[in-house]
Parts: sequence; C-alpha cells; structure tokens
Amino acid sequence: MSATERKPILEMHGISKRFGAVQALSDVDFEVYLGEVLGLVGDNGAGKSTLIKIISGAYHADAGHYLFDGREVAVNSPRDATALGIETVYQDLALCDNLDVVANLYLGRERTRTLIPGLVKIIEEIPMEQEANRIVSELHIRIPSIRSQVASLSGGQRQSAAVSRAVMWNSKVVLLDEPTAALGVEQTHQVKELIRRLRDRGLGVVVISHNLADVFDVCDRIIVLRLGKRGATFQTNTTNAEQVVAAITGAEFGVTDNGKDKTPDNASHSDR
Amino acid sequence: MKSVEQTAPRSVEAGEKTDAVSSLRSSLSLVDIGSLPVILGLIVIAIIFQIANPNFLSPLNLTNLMVQISAVGTMSVGIVLVLLIGEIDLSVGAVSGFCASIMAVLSVKNNVPTPLAIGAGVLTGAAIGLLQGFWFAKLHVPSFVVTLAGFLGWQGALLYALGSTGTINLNDALIVGLANYRLPVWLGWLLGILFVGLYAFGIVQNRRQRAHANMHVDSLTMMIGRVALMAVGVLAAIALMSVNRSFTDVPIQGVPSAVLIFIGFIVVFDFITKRTQFGRYVFAVGGNADAARRAGINVERIRIVVFVLGSTLAACGGILAGSRLLAVNQSSGSGDILLNSIAAAVIGGTSLFGGRGSTWAALLGALVIGSISNGMDLLALSSSIKFMVTGAVLLLAVTLDAYARSRREASGRS
Ligand SMILES: Nc1ncnc2c1ncn2[C@@H]1O[C@H](COP(=O)(O)OP(=O)(O)OP(=O)(O)O)[C@@H](O)[C@H]1O
Ligand SMILES: [Mg+2]
Repeated sequence: MSATERKPILEMHGISKRFGAVQALSDVDFEVYLGEVLGLVGDNGAGKSTLIKIISGAYHADAGHYLFDGREVAVNSPRDATALGIETVYQDLALCDNLDVVANLYLGRERTRTLIPGLVKIIEEIPMEQEANRIVSELHIRIPSIRSQVASLSGGQRQSAAVSRAVMWNSKVVLLDEPTAALGVEQTHQVKELIRRLRDRGLGVVVISHNLADVFDVCDRIIVLRLGKRGATFQTNTTNAEQVVAAITGAEFGVTDNGKDKTPDNASHSDR
Repeated sequence: MKSVEQTAPRSVEAGEKTDAVSSLRSSLSLVDIGSLPVILGLIVIAIIFQIANPNFLSPLNLTNLMVQISAVGTMSVGIVLVLLIGEIDLSVGAVSGFCASIMAVLSVKNNVPTPLAIGAGVLTGAAIGLLQGFWFAKLHVPSFVVTLAGFLGWQGALLYALGSTGTINLNDALIVGLANYRLPVWLGWLLGILFVGLYAFGIVQNRRQRAHANMHVDSLTMMIGRVALMAVGVLAAIALMSVNRSFTDVPIQGVPSAVLIFIGFIVVFDFITKRTQFGRYVFAVGGNADAARRAGINVERIRIVVFVLGSTLAACGGILAGSRLLAVNQSSGSGDILLNSIAAAVIGGTSLFGGRGSTWAALLGALVIGSISNGMDLLALSSSIKFMVTGAVLLLAVTLDAYARSRREASGRS
C-alpha cells in the first residue's frame, strides 16, 4: 500500500481536547487514506477513543481543523459525520438486541412509504430486507437469518452486523473501536477478514486495538498516540512489534522516518 | 412521524439465500410464540370454570366479560406502550378517574355539550402525559417516581374536581352509549368481515410483493392457516355477541360499543407499533436507548410521546368505565384498577424489561384477569381468593418473562 502518495480522505490537524484537568489530546494530527487499514494504537488513556469520538462527531474538539476530502468541514454531531460518509462502530456495538438484523442495519434511516398523505408513513420492509441481504452476502457474513433478533447472534455475528451497518450507506471511512476485544479466535478471524474486505472495497478503515498481533495482521499503517500526542507512524511491512511497543511505551523515539513531520502544515497552529 | 431521506445503499449483485432457519421460524409463528402460554392458560381457565359453572361460557357471560375488561384493557394498551420503552406508569388508575371526573363535571354540572366534555376528558389525559413525560424525559426523574407522584396527585385532583358532590351520575345518552350501545347485528358482521378481509388482503399482498422481489415466502398452507385462524377467531366472537342473550322478551344482541372501542385501540396501536417508524423507534428505545440515540433517534421525544399516549389511553379507559357504571365517584380509578391494567399487560406477554410485547397482550392479559374474576364471581367466591389467584398468575407471567430474558442473555453472548 503506497498510501502516502495520495491525498488523505480525512485529515485532522492540531486537534486538542481537554476534559477538566485532563489534556486528553494536544495538537494531534491524523490522516487516513482510502483503501487502507489504519491501526490507531496507544496505551490506556492515550486518547484513542477521544480522537475517534471527535472524528465521529460525538465530541467537539477544543481546537484544530477537520478536513474531509481536502475541504475543511464542521462536524458537530454524529449526523454530520454520517452525512460525510464517516461511520463508527463503537466498542459496545450499539445494537438493539430486541430488533432483527434488518431493523438494526436501518435504525434511524428506515425507508418509508406514505400510506395516508401527511398522516401515516409505514416502513418498507421488503426493499430494506433485500438491501440488507445483499450487503450481508457481499461481505460474506454468516448470520443464520437477517430476520433473526440480534439477541440470538454470537459475538462475532453481532460485530459483523454492526460493521455491515457502517458500510451500508456509501460510507467512505469506517472507524472501529476495539472490534475484536470481546471475540474468540474464530470470530476474531472473521472480523479481520471483514476489515480486509472493506479495504478492498476502497474504504478507509481505522481500527483501534490493543492487540498488536491483530494490528500487524490487518493494518497497512500504524499511528501511535502517546499521552495525548501523536507519536510515531509505521508502515506495517517495514517495521516490527518491538518498535511499535517502544513507541507506545515511550521507551524509544524516532524509530522511523515517516513520523509527525509528514503532514504538510501541522506547525501552523498551536493552542493552549 | 417524519421520514429521513437517505441515499440508497449501494446495490451490488444480489445473492438471495433462502435459509432453513427462517422458514422454520415462520412455520412456528402461526401464533406468536410469546402468547402461546397465555392462550393455553386461558383455555385451562375456561375449562375449569365451565366445569364449575356451566354458565361461564354462555354468550351472555362471555359478552359481559368482554365489556367488563374493556376499560381496564384500554388502559392496559397504554401500559403496553410504556412498558415497550422500558418504563412504567403508576398513575394510569388515578388519571383514568380524574379525566372521567373532568368529563362528568363539565357535562353534568356545567352543561357543556357532551362531545366537548368527552374531548376535554381525553385532552386532560394527554396533557397529564405531556407533563409526566417531560418530567421523566427532560428532567431525568425516574418514571417510577414521576408517576407515583402522579398517582397521588391525580387522585387528589379527582377528589377536588368532584368537590362535595362525591358522586356524579351519568345519564347523557352519548356518554352512556360509549360503553353500553350495542351495534346492530348486521353492522357487527360487516365490521368483522371487513377486518378479516383487510387482514387477508394485507397478508396476500405482502406475500405477492415478496414473491415478486424473489424473497423467501411462507408456504401457502401457512398463509391460509393464518387467515383462517383470524377469521374463525373474529367471526366466532361476533357470532357469540350477536346471539340474543336476553332472558326476557326484549332482545339483547349485538357487539357492545365498549368492546369495539377496546379492540379498535388494540388494532390501531398494533399497527402503529409494528409498521410505522415511530413504532420501530419505540422498540429501539426499549431495547437500547443509547444505541437509539447514537442512531440519530430523538429518544426524549419518543419517551414523551409514549407517556402522552399512555395517559390518553388511561383517560379513555376511565371514561369507558364511567360510562359502563353510569357514574363517576371518589373511588373511580382506584382499587385494583392500576394493578390489573399493569398485570394484564405483563400476563399477556409484554416484557417488564422493555422492548418486547404487543398491544394484543392487553387483550389476552385482561381476558385472563377478567375471567378469573368473573368466574369466581359466578362461583360466589370471595374477593380474597380472587386477589390471591390473580397474584399467583401475575407472578407466573413475570417469572416466565424473567426466565426468557435470562435465556436470551445466556445465548446472546456466546
Ligand atoms: N468524557 C470524559 N470526561 C473526562 N475525561 C475523559 C473523558 N473521556 C476521556 N477522558 C480522559 O481522557 C484521556 C484519554 O481517554 P481515552 O478514552 O481517549 O483513552 P483511550 O486511548 O481510548 O484509552 P483505552 O485504551 O483505555 O480505551 C483519559 O485520561 C481519560 O480519562
Ligand atoms: Mg478507548
């Protein structure tokens, strides 16, 4: 993956976020390209989830710039992010156990048809089920039936359902917060396969994970966050786990060439 | 209910799969599986009481039973909605009494035109629901507490509204007719046949559309079975209520309006919960409010609307009760009415944990509670036994619900 020569689909510059006394992020740059799987790693409290939530519109950054497809955009709510084509799979998946897979995939964006003008709109189940079937079979997701309640699915199937929901909407960037943390070996394998398929479809995929083996397995590029700051950047095929661990823990710095200074205009603003 | 315009998901080559699991699931769902225990329970209850007293299954008694449960059943439909979002409304009894008293006072004491008085009673219910729903959804006070306060407060309001009068007798033709009017026999049949026809049309239409879209469809026998079951149920009920049940020369026959109103609410809210976007969001909020919020659903709005509907249905139930009993008094909406309306929803199969249930549960549960009470009255048993038996049935229903939930949790995270 020679992603570095292309223009990032999503860029964050100089992002800072403070929670009371905690400076969760300070002057962080971030970029993801289409057709790559980017690993976002760092110790507990490094600011990974905070950064993801700023990207997904759940939090608002105190300072910094948000660029999508090269243009500066204002993302103030999850709706703004999804409108751009940025979908997030949260760690808890955010599925409704009591609804079936189709209902979950379309939750909040059901297709409706007017029954009585101005009064009654009903949900169009048939096209929804058809589209859901297509996406599920295209991603090779094994689910007993897309009409089964999410409660009856296994952990891996639930994760797959949550990912399917994220890629249904012409999305360009998918953010996954610890997608394999709760899964067994076989199911982890399934989800990693799924992540590769998303990349092959040309999406930009951001994966947060504490499992470096998984990260090396599935990611093309790795960005390290450390104590709320952007650390080193690695290409997975030119590095090894020791170097990444060193960058995460801060044991060693400057291990690679393509670190922070790669992004063009990051020195332009500093806040606080 | 506004729809969200969306770009269609990208479509790729279709890969339809007909899966054995879903066809097995649907072949079991001739009757909704959740309501099977209640239906069996009802049959057992009917057999026991029929053996004990051969009048139990007579047209007169069964029609009376249906009229008796209509008011509480209507309130129970509102409880089902509130339970679906995972909340509780303890104020429905007091609200029903208070709203009925508003109607009675306006109509009898202030000579307000009857339709206006009825409308004012219903609107009072809606306003109460708005207040309580707002308090719960926006101020984040638990619904249990808000409606417990309402329970006390609206009971006080009832006493205040009735003032020194204590009891207001109702004799306005329209008010009395709300519950006691009997539909002409032909009209009952017409409505019944229309309903079955619409139901069959809906099923056939859906099947045709699915077949057209190359999707899995249920077998033809299944479809016919479903329509036949509904037809037999509805038409048998209408036949029963169309029999002349009078002991004198003056014939008494036809579907009582109270029953029609009760069933009407069930059908309308069944449609709303199952087919509309609002209904979908009700289930979503009850299943996982956080997920609903992150999916862009306005959770607070859904909660407020559901509390408005719950209180409005409570008001309708109270007005029906006043109409049936021809009076509103200081004990209207008190006693076991609140508990029965909640118990009916739960016994009928609505989960106390939110997100699972159907408005038909109100009918099934109210039938269970109503037949126990009615049957024991026929046997001249004291209300002490009635309470104990109803309590035991409620406990059984909640236990089933909790058991089903724990099984789901065990299987959901493997
Ligand atoms: N809503 C919040 N309120 C206050 N402090 C917060 C909030 N969210 C995050 N923080 C703080 O910001 C810092 C970064 O947290 P964040 O959750 O982003 O870390 P993380 O890298 O995702 O860690 P983990 O690997 O444990 O998930 C932590 O010190 C955390 O305590
Ligand atoms: Mg985190």
